[in-house]
Amino acid sequence: MEKRTYPGKPRDVYLYATCLVDMFHPDAGMDTVALLEREGIRVHFPRDQTCCGQPAYTSGYPEEAREVARKQLDLFPLPWPVVVPSGSCGGMMRHHYPRLFADEPEARAKALALADRVFELSEFLVHVVQVKLTDRGSAETVALHTSCSARREMGTHLTGADLLAQLCNVKLEVHGHESECCGFGGTFSLKQPDISSAMAADKVAAMQATGARGFISADCGCLLNLNHTLEARKEAFRGEHLATFLCRRTGAKP
Amino acid sequence: MNAPLNYVPRSDFKKRTFAATQDPHLRQSFRSAMDFLMAKRQAQFPDQEAFEHLRALGEEVRRYSLSRLPELLEQLEANLTRNGVKVHWAEDAEEANAIFLEISRSHGATRLIKGKSMVSEEIELNHEMAKHGVDCLESDMGEYIVQLDGEKPSHIIMPAIHKTKEQIARLFHEKVPGVDYTDSVDELIQIGRRILRENFRDAHIGVSGVNFAVAETGSLCLVENEGNGRMCTTVPPVHIAITGIEKVVEKLEHVVPLYTLLPRSATGQAITTYFNVISGPRKPGEKDGPKEVHLILLDNGRSQAYADEQLRQTLQCIRCGACMNHCPVYTRIGGHAYGTTYPGPIGEIVSPHMMGLTATHELPFASSLCGACGDVCPVKIPIPDILMRLRREASHEAEPGRPALRGQGAGRNRLVSLAFAAWRTIYSHPGLYRLYAWAASRLNFLTPKSQLGWTASRTPLIPARQTLRDRLKNRA
Ligand code: SF4
Repeated sequence: MEKRTYPGKPRDVYLYATCLVDMFHPDAGMDTVALLEREGIRVHFPRDQTCCGQPAYTSGYPEEAREVARKQLDLFPLPWPVVVPSGSCGGMMRHHYPRLFADEPEARAKALALADRVFELSEFLVHVVQVKLTDRGSAETVALHTSCSARREMGTHLTGADLLAQLCNVKLEVHGHESECCGFGGTFSLKQPDISSAMAADKVAAMQATGARGFISADCGCLLNLNHTLEARKEAFRGEHLATFLCRRTGAKP
Repeated sequence: MNAPLNYVPRSDFKKRTFAATQDPHLRQSFRSAMDFLMAKRQAQFPDQEAFEHLRALGEEVRRYSLSRLPELLEQLEANLTRNGVKVHWAEDAEEANAIFLEISRSHGATRLIKGKSMVSEEIELNHEMAKHGVDCLESDMGEYIVQLDGEKPSHIIMPAIHKTKEQIARLFHEKVPGVDYTDSVDELIQIGRRILRENFRDAHIGVSGVNFAVAETGSLCLVENEGNGRMCTTVPPVHIAITGIEKVVEKLEHVVPLYTLLPRSATGQAITTYFNVISGPRKPGEKDGPKEVHLILLDNGRSQAYADEQLRQTLQCIRCGACMNHCPVYTRIGGHAYGTTYPGPIGEIVSPHMMGLTATHELPFASSLCGACGDVCPVKIPIPDILMRLRREASHEAEPGRPALRGQGAGRNRLVSLAFAAWRTIYSHPGLYRLYAWAASRLNFLTPKSQLGWTASRTPLIPARQTLRDRLKNRA
């Protein structure tokens, strides 16, 4: 994991919601806005945003990914931070965009400049906003799940845990295979359903075995994978997006 | 001795992974074995910074060696020849086996005894020799067990890791004449030792692999724990070593960081019980050692990887197996499901060069790209990046004027290509995307309930009734 220097708290940020939040987790997007606004930050949503390009990028279609990514490069004309409430998409923009445009000097320069101001939500709240949360909820025990790439590339397991630790009535439970992949892997879940399902089943079992009431994640792919697995298994255990959880616990209103 | 091979055919990877994931015994035994190995490795690298430092050194040595591969191979050949070792070059498995056969015939040899060597598995040496009446007996305990059962190794370091103690006990009782059933590990090992002892004495030729070949001194280094490697390379009158062309390093001192990393990454040992350095046959006046030593240098697709700057990194591998020990996919399906000599992440990136993409195009996709392999690799091979690259080559035919990989485009699927073309059109035109997202959310009741592999074990993905962008718009 790289060491990063963080800017001070800004007045304005861009929200890059990702296609997953836009279509499948709009609540998480609204809650992200609420959390940021409560800190006195103005949130700007570039309406031409679509997808970071990861699905094609990881599936062996880099040319297609590049065309979609190219469009995202031009969405953020002012020098504000770009906050991404889904870890692996943030990682795509921060770590893979510069490589995707390795052969195009102009686009690469843009990608590098953008990468520098892309922040995953929990990272942004902890290191840039230096948020101080006040827990208003009753006692609750949760597990935390982070996407593998966000964990590895941006240390979101640390910033996620840091935020949960600020909530005095929330207890975080960990299990023996914390860092193991939940089996989402983008198109992996479609292409290798048997292996992916086995991984998802093990992950939900491990989290439930901790005695947690549910789990928290700031990664929409993992959340969809695990929640839809749990729903198919008719189990009550569920995952909640970090932004939604923080709003609920601290009384921020979307 | 050579039982008929009953290993799985190479087609239908999906069927094998399905069977493996449905087998609770397999799942449990791989899970606990891999947990054990991960913990042992972790104990050897308690300090992440020190590990990063060491593996940067390991990577450097491997990259440097590969950057000078052609000259180092020539230097190795010259120095080995000077030391009295006969050097042979094999383009593929067939050529390598022909060399084995020729040497065996020239000595009238019918009994070979072999130390652990994955390259000999790669060329299916035992099987090929058996066709010509030459017996090739495995002397590594794990290899001996899988050979006894007519299987292939399921792990490159621990070949019989998929077997329980009870299965091995039954196997010995059934296949080894005069052995009563016992599931005492000590007794089983003693039985194995007794049989192997006699075979070391009677074998005509000893066979081994090579972990590092040192160009400057003309030496072959062999890393092992059981002492069978030393027996194979010292007791029989002839020793044949076989290795891939990528295993050469320039100097003995370059072996040090690699040997520091190898056992720690592989079995969580600081050092192995044996480290053999072979620098030629018995010299006049010496009391032991083989009278003749051969080295076979095998290409078998490696030069294809070598020719491409990114894919060349595949050849940095020192075959420690850490990537499979940490792989959540390998842990779920075990080694046999891959249908290749090398399973797990390293198998996914190296097998396409050895076997062509036609036979292996599914393998680069058998990964969630979680990155655990790349994190532990002691020579820093960026395995996930290479997997993504191979996904591309598997899905696209070669462009004119650009070098193609063997079997390039074999995994091309028109529907998938069409889907990504459509995806590109929609997602690179914001207006189109907005229309699509609006329709998909407003008409979410029309979402198909069956969604390829997703709904095999999950409820379908249904877009929310209103997208985030619409909710934000309404709010403002
Ligand atoms: S790829 Fe790396 S981790 Fe895997 S076997 Fe080779 S050296 Fe070991």
